[in-house]
Amino acid sequence: MKEQLQKDFYNSIKNLSLSQKDIEIKKFCLDNFIDKGFPNKKEEDWKFSDLNQIIKNNIGELSFYNDQASTNKVDTSVFVDGLEHNKIVFINGRIEKIDFEYEKKDQIEIIDQSETINEFENSNSLSDLNNAFTNKCFKILVKKGYKLAKPLIIYHTTNSKIWSKNINLRLNFELDKDSSLRLIDLFNDTSEKNFLNIFYNFELKENAVLKNYKVDKFENKNIKYSFNNIDQDKNSISETFILSSGSNFSKNEINCNLNGIYASAFVNGVFSLYNNKHHEIRSIINHLTENTKSYQLIKSVLEQSSKAVYQGKIFVNSDAQKTDGYQLSKAILLNKESEFNAKPELEIYADDVKCSHGSASGSLNEDSIFYLMSRGLSYQQSRELLINGFLLDVVEKITDSEIKNLIKNMLGIKE
Amino acid sequence: MDNRQKEINNLKDYKYGFSTDIENIQAPKGLNEDVIKFISNIKKEPEWMLEFRLKAFERFKVLKEPDWQKPKFPKIDYQDLYYYSAPKSMKDKPKSLDELDPKLLETYKKLGIPLQEQARLNGIAVDAVFDSVSVATTFKDELTKQGIIFCPISEAIQNHPELVKKYLGSVIPTSDHFFATLNSAVFTDGSFVYIPEGVRCPMELSTYFRINASNTGQFERTLIIADKGSYVSYLEGCTAPMRDENQLHAANVELIALDDAEIKYSTVQNWYPGDQDGKGGIYNFVTKRGLCKGKNSKISWTQVETGSAITWKYPSCILKGDNSVGEFYSIAITNNHQKADTGTKMIHLGKNTKSKIISKGISAGSSDMTYRGLVDISSKAKNSTNYTQCDSLLMGNKCGAHTVPYIKNKNSESNIAHEATTSKISEEQLHYCQQRGLNPEEAVGLIVNGFCKEVLQQLPMEFAVEAQKLVGISLEGSVG
Repeated sequence: MKEQLQKDFYNSIKNLSLSQKDIEIKKFCLDNFIDKGFPNKKEEDWKFSDLNQIIKNNIGELSFYNDQASTNKVDTSVFVDGLEHNKIVFINGRIEKIDFEYEKKDQIEIIDQSETINEFENSNSLSDLNNAFTNKCFKILVKKGYKLAKPLIIYHTTNSKIWSKNINLRLNFELDKDSSLRLIDLFNDTSEKNFLNIFYNFELKENAVLKNYKVDKFENKNIKYSFNNIDQDKNSISETFILSSGSNFSKNEINCNLNGIYASAFVNGVFSLYNNKHHEIRSIINHLTENTKSYQLIKSVLEQSSKAVYQGKIFVNSDAQKTDGYQLSKAILLNKESEFNAKPELEIYADDVKCSHGSASGSLNEDSIFYLMSRGLSYQQSRELLINGFLLDVVEKITDSEIKNLIKNMLGIKE
Repeated sequence: MDNRQKEINNLKDYKYGFSTDIENIQAPKGLNEDVIKFISNIKKEPEWMLEFRLKAFERFKVLKEPDWQKPKFPKIDYQDLYYYSAPKSMKDKPKSLDELDPKLLETYKKLGIPLQEQARLNGIAVDAVFDSVSVATTFKDELTKQGIIFCPISEAIQNHPELVKKYLGSVIPTSDHFFATLNSAVFTDGSFVYIPEGVRCPMELSTYFRINASNTGQFERTLIIADKGSYVSYLEGCTAPMRDENQLHAANVELIALDDAEIKYSTVQNWYPGDQDGKGGIYNFVTKRGLCKGKNSKISWTQVETGSAITWKYPSCILKGDNSVGEFYSIAITNNHQKADTGTKMIHLGKNTKSKIISKGISAGSSDMTYRGLVDISSKAKNSTNYTQCDSLLMGNKCGAHTVPYIKNKNSESNIAHEATTSKISEEQLHYCQQRGLNPEEAVGLIVNGFCKEVLQQLPMEFAVEAQKLVGISLEGSVG
């Protein structure tokens, strides 16, 4: 893999007009990655998902060079109907379109940050890989007091032109004072066997509101890793919803730093898995100052020999008195081959806090099925009804009604 | 304050902080094959036992000290420890209690366990470990009548080699983790219990461990076998003398329950926790593991951990037999600079297995407490259930309380439920108690005892009283 990495690295930087210093930083990141390789299960954070092994089994040899010169035609059929929205379109990792047609142009700034290296609070080697190979990076700045009229949908599409490739993406967002943004990440893959490595950084200033919905619904054979870093100032709110379903393997990491008082973070997630898909959500909520709040709810429905992992951590600093932290994960295992692993973690250094977590996993309640069947429903109908209700609980947590309906339709949940 | 006064004050702080001057026979310092042969030789062990030790030692040489635990500690120089020391008066074994070294007897008196009285009044057979060799065993006759074997493990190796050979290392193999393997190589003594088929042990079996000679890591080995349909309740209670140097304690405890058997293992651990600045104290790195080998068997661990500078242990149950049950009840209290990383592992292998975990952690002062646990339901463990509850109580904002559960469910017909909360003692509760005339410390004691009640009531009577007192004593000076 080492030769491949180096060869692809030199091919990539050849096309970029980088300063000598930037090349050196990128080179340093590359060497770090070569040193560490893909994370494996010996690392505590990857205990339940051995990425190194998963890549080996699903993809085999990866290549890292992406030709950024050739453009792809944007296929408008993938766009979401019935919801007016702004768009950013990635095709095979290349930004093809940025369109804020519904917004005031002077309130949103798009800054090219390709030349700056992101420092993430993430010790795993994938951030090194990302830093070494990303070539276009934009920062989207929402200016003071501006609330976007329509949601922004980021389309992550891949097509059959790529095979056994690693794609690295990076986006930065800054939400200035009193601003708000609704963001949907929509994955739509027609390619197979690629590894997507996505890093987002969000900076939320005072009173800013971020709603981020990550939707990986469509069946595909790709492997995905997504890391969100969210820094929150006073009074800001972040809401993250993850629908984890389509990819062969997917790991979503949310790292949220509640730096200002009264900041709050919500992380909700649904795993709806079948075949031998293996998905993971890992969340770290750092309560760093007093009077902050976090709430997490993760529900999984696991069919066939699928596997879901939830690692959630609530960290409370010694200054963070009056913290309110809550975390709940529930799983229904529908098949004897399916598997649910959880590691709900609390690390607390302050005494005046209210923190709790709960985790439950098991089969569908036979009594409930019996109850429904005795009222005339078939076994299949009763089962669907129960699973619907189980998942609806999380979907109802979505605070934006337009997007809630969109996701309900995607999941096929009826009320 | 002059030095003498300081010394007296220090001693006052720790009720059991004294040490006895008894000449020791010691193995040369360090760890090598010769030392292991020396231990084996002095204990007149058969060839197979020496082989067991050497095999473990071979394995130990390639192992690395683990470093994933939360409480960090200065590196231990394993070549700088004495691996064997015995009170000299043991050379010619005393025939009865009266022949014991009076100084030894006095030590136990200070600990509150005068052998004769304890034995007579409480009806408990006491197998006291002083440093590394068992000193006296009482109530043997009554137990022998029922066919129960309760003796130091070194005696069992001589007299019941077939049992020891069969079960020793069957739950904690010689190839286990670092400290367990170290113990397998150099263990000096410990208790051996065998309850024959269908026998219900008529009394609570009990051992008082005591660490004495400075620089001697204690490596006990306990092996308890409950044959088909039998029942035994075993108590372990510990106090240790005051020392400035850290003392390593790496014991191994193996429990084996065959068909329909039940083992109840209770621990009250109150070793020297170090002084208020975190200096000194015992390192308590113990491996405890029970195997529910037979059908319908049950193993239950109860622990009250108040002592030691660092407690690092996970009493575990391997639920191999169908319908077997594992239970874990724990109270861990840390104060000043104490650190604890404790919890349990419940490994479900058989069908219809059940496990229950109740853990209560209380941290005060600048201490740090971690619950770390594993619940693993394998794909064959149909219809199994687990219930876990771990609650933490924090006192002050310099301490930490952490919960790190690992939950693995590979069986769709099994259910796992886990709950954890962290909170502090509410002002209302304190106010209520104080209004009724309790001082703040008594009030905290009362509330904490209520918080721990679920676990305390699992302890045998004699222990419950002691433990309740301990809970209060451990938290002295943490409020106000």
